[in-house]
Amino acid sequence: MSAGAAPKRRRLEVEDIGDVTFVRFTDSKILDEANVQVIGEQLFSLVDNHGRKNLLLDFSRVEYMTSAFLGKLVTLNKKVQQAGGRLALCNIAHKEIFDIFVITGLKRLFNIYRDEQEALQSF
Amino acid sequence: MALLSESKAQRVYEYLWRLPSDLDQIPGLQSQIVDLLSRCGFSERDMFAVRLALEEAVANAMKHGNRLLPHKCVEVALGLGEDSVWIRVCDEGEGFDPDQVPDPTAEENLERPSGRGILLMRHFMDHVEYRDRGRTVFMVRRRACSSESNHQAFCAPPVAE
Repeated sequence: MSAGAAPKRRRLEVEDIGDVTFVRFTDSKILDEANVQVIGEQLFSLVDNHGRKNLLLDFSRVEYMTSAFLGKLVTLNKKVQQAGGRLALCNIAHKEIFDIFVITGLKRLFNIYRDEQEALQSF
Repeated sequence: MALLSESKAQRVYEYLWRLPSDLDQIPGLQSQIVDLLSRCGFSERDMFAVRLALEEAVANAMKHGNRLLPHKCVEVALGLGEDSVWIRVCDEGEGFDPDQVPDPTAEENLERPSGRGILLMRHFMDHVEYRDRGRTVFMVRRRACSSESNHQAFCAPPVAE
């Protein structure tokens, strides 16, 4: 399933598992300042335009990200909560990526699970 | 990019970039700097840390310092030594007081969409210092592991342009 009909390059792979939308990032190093706007728009569109409210983001391919992307996740978290849903993260494979969530305190805000099975059971 | 100076006695190499305030300039800058670090045998962990801190500092300089005004530039200097790497980022803005930036980990600030860049820079670099009333940030990262092979690999980085 596509993330949307936007003509921009697809940055997300989206799969519906029951009432949970499972989202993978297509490239390992896309979460930098220059790309984060586009990726944020595509994530927001899942909630705003496609009616998804339970999102599970797979970080297994994510090797790099900055505070700009954290800001998008915070906004996405608010959007799914306002829609009556929930945001969860799983498969954070790289220690530095996990460290970023710990350092910023966002580990307390987001629901972070070891893998998708554990995460899916939480919905 | 320009190779500013080279001291073979101390084995320190310095480079300088001057960029317009355009966020699309950042990936190219990161790529050149990561390539230099790799050639000098810095570890993956060092390269992740420097790449992240560099991006946060340059993005802050362009967005908050220069307000993305195209006629205002950001100057980036890099120093490569055998045991450490330093970065200096200067903007042409009004400056700011880093001590006045709210703690992004405080409960009341957790849901703010921005304000985490300086925290990440301070975590991933060994030293972060603001100068010139906040218009310049100077950061140092010491080599995560100074193995013999890394030191042997430390050699004069090429000037790309």
